[in-house]
Amino acid sequence: MNSTNPLELTAPIGQSKKVSKWKKELTIPKILATFLLILATLFFIFPFYWVVSGAFKLQTVATTIPPEWFPAKPTLQNWTELFKNPVERWMFNSFIIAFCEMAAICIVSSCAGYVLAKKSFPGRGIIFTMFVAAMALPKQVILVPLFTMLADFGWVNTYKGLILPAIGWPFGVFLMKQFAQTIPGELIEAAKIDGSSEIRLFGTIILPLLKPAIGALAIFTFITSWNDYFSQLIMTRSTSMMTLPLGVATLRGEFTTNYGLLMAGAALASIPMIAIFLMFQKAFTQGITMGAVKG
Amino acid sequence: MKKWGRTVGTTVRKIKGYVIRDWMMSYLFLVPAFGFFLLFVAYPMVKGVYISFFDYSLRDFSFIGLDNYISLIKDDNFRKSMGNTLLLVLITVPIVIIFSLFISMNIYKKKEFARSFFRGVFYLPAVSSVVSITVVWGWIYHPNYGILNYLTSFLGMEPISWLGDTRTALLAIIVVLITTSVGQPIILYVASIGNIPTSYIEAAEIDRATPWQIFRKILWPMLMPTNLYIIVITTINTFQCFALIQLLTSGGPVYSTSTVMYGVYEQAFMLGHFGYASAMGVILAIVIGIISIIQFKYFGSDVEY
Repeated sequence: MNSTNPLELTAPIGQSKKVSKWKKELTIPKILATFLLILATLFFIFPFYWVVSGAFKLQTVATTIPPEWFPAKPTLQNWTELFKNPVERWMFNSFIIAFCEMAAICIVSSCAGYVLAKKSFPGRGIIFTMFVAAMALPKQVILVPLFTMLADFGWVNTYKGLILPAIGWPFGVFLMKQFAQTIPGELIEAAKIDGSSEIRLFGTIILPLLKPAIGALAIFTFITSWNDYFSQLIMTRSTSMMTLPLGVATLRGEFTTNYGLLMAGAALASIPMIAIFLMFQKAFTQGITMGAVKG
Repeated sequence: MKKWGRTVGTTVRKIKGYVIRDWMMSYLFLVPAFGFFLLFVAYPMVKGVYISFFDYSLRDFSFIGLDNYISLIKDDNFRKSMGNTLLLVLITVPIVIIFSLFISMNIYKKKEFARSFFRGVFYLPAVSSVVSITVVWGWIYHPNYGILNYLTSFLGMEPISWLGDTRTALLAIIVVLITTSVGQPIILYVASIGNIPTSYIEAAEIDRATPWQIFRKILWPMLMPTNLYIIVITTINTFQCFALIQLLTSGGPVYSTSTVMYGVYEQAFMLGHFGYASAMGVILAIVIGIISIIQFKYFGSDVEY
């Protein structure tokens, strides 16, 4: 890895300094740019507005042309209809899978990231290179052999099969290693001199320092796991093992689709993640920028 | 000390009479992550290559050498899928780069609140479940009661079955794919533009450089490391595009939106041809590898600031 590889660069984020004002006057390019920005914003927000407003429209209203831009007679019927499906079970599955993956990835990644950044031991270089190389390879390429392997284990349609394989993905290790490198070595030395054991050193000094990175990784893995459609699709067989997005996908009718019902399901599948993202945007942004942008 | 051949760690302690050295503790910390990695990533990768040489289906498991690869080359649907995949990458990646650069240039100077608002807006499709994205776009594109046809009717256009017409289906998918792909690049660009020292731009302004010159001569070259990263991840993500296609068109009509990734899914999980699907996966990995190397060659630079 040479220094031109962006993966190698660490960055503290969110400190965009005020860059000089280019031109203060209103010029035509500037007005045009603002107009395009507003247009793009509307284009991105509209589908979400349409999901939410659609969730409160009756099927007959949802399929009228010209479209009803705002539900004139909002109804809760779609929601009662939606909960006739095992939605609670789907939500529980989505939550438990995302939560377990998140916890496990945070634990194993912070341990591994710390030693990869701060310790020297035989094989360190090779192991780290393996993690980075695997990150650059497309995940889906391994899904066929992974699936046949899990099928041999008898893990298809089980929580084990849905949760454990995701823990092997090395992104978390990479992120934690990048962050752990910023911990000053003197701190570790000082603790050693005081006679602290390796495990105590990790628990009382390293972990608290890694907290911001762990937070970012936790949010990131939770959202990724909740939205990991492909793995969930191939690993589930029965309705009761489905996650919320998969369950919602089954609500699409073969010939006619009840759009109101579908939009209620879509809203339910996405809104928790949007809420988490908006609440923790700062930490999340940090997780994305860490290791990719030079500071 | 000689027992282990080398003395890496210095700390030596005893637990129940056993000598524990520093580097042994390091392995202890590494084992959980590395174990999961070996079992669920590294081993399947090797096994994927291995089973691509087998006629591996629900009924069969026999060595057939390169036969899977030979039939793939002859397979019209695979060639079509590969063409679609490359087209998808060729169209999506540049648009994502231009679009996210444009948005970032417009929002990085704004106040913190406005900046997070816009970053949030453009990240929404990436953070939402792909199922939600596809159901709403499926409705927007609907030939009879979709809004898109309602809007185009004002332009005097006849209703189009956007996802059902071989001429428009891939385009319709690309639009959705772009909306789900720009979130991360925008976050990265906003952060990197903010990290460029302001003095460079100020100096250029004193020399009466136009905004375009400033962009071309200062910002673009300084953003090179970020550009490379974004180009590589967007390319990989586009190659992996699966859920949008499965949920919007299932690869149809007549394979016009099928991609290699969708082909892998269809062959392995719908038809049970695991060997054939693995061979497809291997080819996909090789293509992605070659393209990433080319990208590193062309866009890799040694900008330091």
